[in-house]
Amino acid sequence: MIKATINNVEIEAPEGTSILWAAKKAGFTIPTLCNHPDLKPGGQCGICVVEIEGIPGLKRACMTPVGEGFKVKTHTPRIMATRRQLVELILSNHDTDCLTCVKNNNCELQQLASIVGINVHDYSRSGERLPIDRSSVSIVRDPNKCILCGRCIQVCSNVQTVDALAVNHRGFDTVITTAFDAGLGNSVCINCGQCVVHCPVGALYEKSATEEVWEALHDPDKFVVVQEAPAVRVMLGEEFGMPTGSLVSGKMHAALRRLGFDAVLETNFTADLTIMEEGTELIDRLTSGRNLPLITSCSPGWIKFMETYFHDMIPHMSTAKSPQQMFGALAKTYYAEVKGIDPGKIVSVSIMPCTAKKFECQRPEMNASGYQDVDYVLTTREIGRMMREAGLDVKEMPDEPPDDILGDYTGAATIFGATGGVMEAAVRSAYRLVTGKELENVEIKPVRGLQGIKEAEIDIDGTRVKVAVAHSCGQARKLLNKVQDQIAKEGKSEYQFIEVMACPGGCVGGGGQSWGSNMAKRARRGESLYEEDRSLPLRRSHENPSVLALYEKFLEKPNSEKAHKLLHTHYYKRSTVDGKIKPAS
Amino acid sequence: MSQEKQCQCAEVQEEELYPRLEEVITEHRGKGQDLIMVLHKAQNLFGYLPRKAQEMVAEGLNVSLNEVYGVITFYNFFSTVPQGRNSVKVCLGTACYVRGSQEVLDKAQKELGIKVGGTTEDRRYSLDVVRCIGACGLAPAMLVNEDVYGRVKSPHLPDILAKYE
Repeated sequence: MIKATINNVEIEAPEGTSILWAAKKAGFTIPTLCNHPDLKPGGQCGICVVEIEGIPGLKRACMTPVGEGFKVKTHTPRIMATRRQLVELILSNHDTDCLTCVKNNNCELQQLASIVGINVHDYSRSGERLPIDRSSVSIVRDPNKCILCGRCIQVCSNVQTVDALAVNHRGFDTVITTAFDAGLGNSVCINCGQCVVHCPVGALYEKSATEEVWEALHDPDKFVVVQEAPAVRVMLGEEFGMPTGSLVSGKMHAALRRLGFDAVLETNFTADLTIMEEGTELIDRLTSGRNLPLITSCSPGWIKFMETYFHDMIPHMSTAKSPQQMFGALAKTYYAEVKGIDPGKIVSVSIMPCTAKKFECQRPEMNASGYQDVDYVLTTREIGRMMREAGLDVKEMPDEPPDDILGDYTGAATIFGATGGVMEAAVRSAYRLVTGKELENVEIKPVRGLQGIKEAEIDIDGTRVKVAVAHSCGQARKLLNKVQDQIAKEGKSEYQFIEVMACPGGCVGGGGQSWGSNMAKRARRGESLYEEDRSLPLRRSHENPSVLALYEKFLEKPNSEKAHKLLHTHYYKRSTVDGKIKPAS
Repeated sequence: MSQEKQCQCAEVQEEELYPRLEEVITEHRGKGQDLIMVLHKAQNLFGYLPRKAQEMVAEGLNVSLNEVYGVITFYNFFSTVPQGRNSVKVCLGTACYVRGSQEVLDKAQKELGIKVGGTTEDRRYSLDVVRCIGACGLAPAMLVNEDVYGRVKSPHLPDILAKYE
């Protein structure tokens, strides 16, 4: 332990602790801009400077480990003046149209300007205005708001290993862009939106669909259905000031109904359905021994990543569509049929913790119903904005159930939102499919939690199945490299089943979550999903009565021809240059 | 007509250079740390760094395309546009700057219809800035190829440029 003094407070901290964290321990929050709890400190912004007695100059608290006997000052007149000047310089090159900015009230630069006491603006805006990059269907990038802190690059390159963004050009012309400045939509970007949730300002945000959804809601000729992803029920409360991870399933249904949706349905319903399809696929693969390990396909960011960097693994991918797309295909076929609605009049909206879902719903093959299966995807932040605009407060809502036909769900579906959840849900049902018996203890703890790669061996009535779970594309890359290696050397992998989610923490850490996220919050949301699972009477997907009814009345059985037509998909090879589909050779 | 022919000729030559780039890359395959060296060699081959060359280097050295692009756009030495037959360099060193070389540069950009770092469509001129060429006594100064021009005023530019085919 190291002893030091921060201002007038003596502290002890483990060796290697940065002054920033040591000061926090002493009760002083040193302002920062580029620092993020989940990323390595980069020292780009220089806001966190401190004085250390006996050491000349100012030191960056995020990059400087606290040393034995250090006497640190965090807010001398010199430090405060320096911080103020740094913020002024950043503002001199930043669009300060805060009122109309998507980050208004959630912007770290805005907060910082207030903390360091900027009350006059001495520098006029320098540099020319740059074009806003709207080439991506998921993410908008406004370089005029970018402060070059580099968080987006760190998460894109180090955590996700996608490398879509980098610092390009030089000096005043420095800009964070894609290769050839081609725009995110013409790059290897997988639309995961981790850059969006790590951006301290309004330089990155989702491409909004709220206007289109308002229009549909106000159109009396349209029948607007809505589905909500598992993770949204533990995020939406945060948009209304509730504690992180508050479980608001019932309040969410009530608020959506009040917003004017004609039917409030559930992505959780199709999560259960995904398990029936994917579970059956798993059994088939285990029986035939072909194309093992089976790899999950729910995460559209992961799908594009795989298509770009691991397309030799396409035969291993589950062909099951994601729950969002299964819902889309059923809403305009089965649901329309049962309810006697013209599918052409149905507008299908989904509420997602995800920005990549916007890309997924626009993939050309996602029109099994004869229409675009899912019309609009809204992130949790967008639906929060719409609810606030309509004067709805989720906190104040009663608990209401979803509507029928595509609304029931089990605990197995709800845990899809946390890393390891799909795996756990699949095992619960695969056990029954293989053995005809129910798995007694449904909680498969080794696949839970935030460890990068999780492994478990599951005994299905004598058959041992080795599974692995990866969250974040960086971890997926590691795991898949290992699998490729094993297949090349030994002809097969040690794993039979692999779950991959593109975002750290799974969907609860998606690019469509509330602003100001970190790993601790992601973990808290995940725990809430497991809580809902425990509270539900049914916890196995194959027990969902509406799923059983769907098979009986419409699909016949899992992996039937009709199920294949509506609920399964195929994948493409993509270029590592621009992320576009490569023509089949 | 003759210009068109020349352009095609340049493209044909460029195509023939890729196998040689491939040889360079083979020597450094998978070695990301050699990136700048390989880019130097590639630029020596082509005279600039065409997009296809950047893609080949990224793949061959196993670095992301964006890293390659970041390095190329950071260092002044690298160019992503072909160089013109004549290189026009306006000095923006302190002495030249205070004697009005910015005005000369603005005029050059207007006259040639390109920005700093650009090449005219007919590949006749490339325009760049330099920071002091040791001709401060002649400020503002500019270079066309090896020729130094001193005390340049913007109205002189069309005549100077016209000398170079």
